[in-house]
Amino acid sequence: MTGVRAVFKKEMRLYFTSPVAYVVFTFFLLIVGYFFYSIFAFYNLTSMQAAMNPAFARDLNVTDAIMRPLFSNTGIILLFFMPMLTMRLFAEEKRSGTIELLLTFPVRDGEVLAGKFAAAIVLFVMLLGLTALYPAIVGYFTRVEWGPLLSGYLGLLLLGSSFLAVGVLVSSLTENQIVASFATFAILLGFWVIGWSADLAGGNWRAVFQYLSILEHLDSFGKGVIDTKDVLYYLSVIALSLFLTLRALESKRWRG
Amino acid sequence: MIQVDRLTKQYGPVTAIRDVSFSIEKGGIVGFLGPNGAGKTTTMRILACFMPAAGGTARVAGYDVFSQSLEVRRRIGYLPENVPLYGELTVAAYLDFAAEIKGVSRSDRKRRVAEVMDRCDLADVQRRLIGKLSKGYRQRVGLAQALVNDPDVLILDEPTIGLDPVQVAEIRALIKSLAGQHTVILSTHILPEVSVVCEGVIIINRGRIAAQGSLDRLAEEFFPTARIELQVTGPAEAVRSALRQIPGVLRVEHQGTANGAGIFMVEAMRDRDVRAAIAQLVAERRWGLLELHQAGMSLEEVFLRVVAGEEFAGGEATA
Ligand SMILES: Nc1ncnc2c1ncn2[C@@H]1O[C@H](COP(=O)(O)OP(=O)(O)OP(=O)(O)O)[C@@H](O)[C@H]1O
Ligand SMILES: [Mg+2]
Repeated sequence: MTGVRAVFKKEMRLYFTSPVAYVVFTFFLLIVGYFFYSIFAFYNLTSMQAAMNPAFARDLNVTDAIMRPLFSNTGIILLFFMPMLTMRLFAEEKRSGTIELLLTFPVRDGEVLAGKFAAAIVLFVMLLGLTALYPAIVGYFTRVEWGPLLSGYLGLLLLGSSFLAVGVLVSSLTENQIVASFATFAILLGFWVIGWSADLAGGNWRAVFQYLSILEHLDSFGKGVIDTKDVLYYLSVIALSLFLTLRALESKRWRG
Repeated sequence: MIQVDRLTKQYGPVTAIRDVSFSIEKGGIVGFLGPNGAGKTTTMRILACFMPAAGGTARVAGYDVFSQSLEVRRRIGYLPENVPLYGELTVAAYLDFAAEIKGVSRSDRKRRVAEVMDRCDLADVQRRLIGKLSKGYRQRVGLAQALVNDPDVLILDEPTIGLDPVQVAEIRALIKSLAGQHTVILSTHILPEVSVVCEGVIIINRGRIAAQGSLDRLAEEFFPTARIELQVTGPAEAVRSALRQIPGVLRVEHQGTANGAGIFMVEAMRDRDVRAAIAQLVAERRWGLLELHQAGMSLEEVFLRVVAGEEFAGGEATA
């Protein structure tokens, strides 16, 4: 356990000594803020119309009109930013050779991985915590439903953690941070795009593609529904990625 | 403390080491010598549990490096060849990390880190970023990191490479001071370093152990005769033939003159010290004896002979 702690602390230090964390935080919050603003403004417009035409008003509620689009947009933005939080984790250790020392310290490979993954998750949770500002603004003007809000955040947490797990895996396969970042992004993009092909494919494939699509699973969280199927999907992505990372580290040892 | 038995390792088609066997006693300091690409780093990486061997076994501090790797790793300090460190951390933060991950308890950590910083002369730079330090200081941070858990065994891959002469002397003194409580294996290209620091030598060439033992033993093994250098004023030919008459002398060579004195090299049997006889002879003839000493077989000569012999034997084997 002290091994996990030591690695975790080191990674947190490194996140904040490099500009990457600050850049990710700043731009992520700006972009999410922009989306929030435009969704909110659109909602204002439609509610104004609804005031004049009560027929509209039936379908209008904050969860569906603001929170759900905000969550799915945030999910997509995460897809762009999460690879930047994980690209360094193993690639840089391999490039600079520090992995040789790290893997000869008296800790298991799994503890090293746990410390690194935990650091990425904690950074991500901090980031997610800052976005809570936006629902708070909504709450100031109108009544928010807590259920969908919390389940939506749980969905984002699972989604982001899956992104991070894939990123960690890719980072363990290369020595180049830029390659790690782009390859992660490409893989995640693939898992998103596969959801679109679901619409084209027919029959059984449709269900398969839909199931594989990484963003598809976020939607029900935004509605306040926590489906075990979705939770299991994200947890399996995480578990599989971390397992493969351990295998990659082991093979690194054999190859030297 | 270290027992290596028929260790073999391949990188793809390249066999880096083959059937490497040696052992090092507790408290010993042993130099690991070999030309470039001989397999020093490979052997040390296996001992430090970075990579598993393809064949053979190695035990460090009583534990097997493969099946009990965590136990071994708790008891070693390892300094890899290129001293890989986190450039973005300060010296103090890095050493604190190293101490924690190596299992130094929270209550001891501050004290241990201060101790190794003191020992490696790092106190002045402890707030500086490692990436901004000079090569010599980085080397010391690497050494401090290896020492921070007070390990039984130190595995140092070229610890003095790239240092200025003053720092080399300091680091050597530091390593020497570790003898006794710590068992040290250090690799180097610098032959005098081994004579100065180490008690024993292991010479590896092309992935195989070519020779091992104490320096004296190696000198005897590879140079069965002793060499004595002297400067004598007197007619060169007369001196030469007189020296030849001394029992035990095998060969005399006149190597030139300096300051009006002839320089001679006398090769004699090792088991018979001919120096007293030479001095007596020169005195009897009333020549002047300006200098007389037995040339220690430099490790360099041993090394060259071992490695050259191997090359020769290798050439024969493949022919
Ligand atoms: N990661 C690797 N992949 C492939 N071959 C390697 C690798 N590391 C070392 N080798 C090869 O293994 C052999 C032994 O290398 P090693 O690094 O152990 O030598 P060394 O004695 O440490 O040399 P030097 O004095 O130059 O540091 C060399 O032929 C080298 O090319
Ligand atoms: Mg080497």
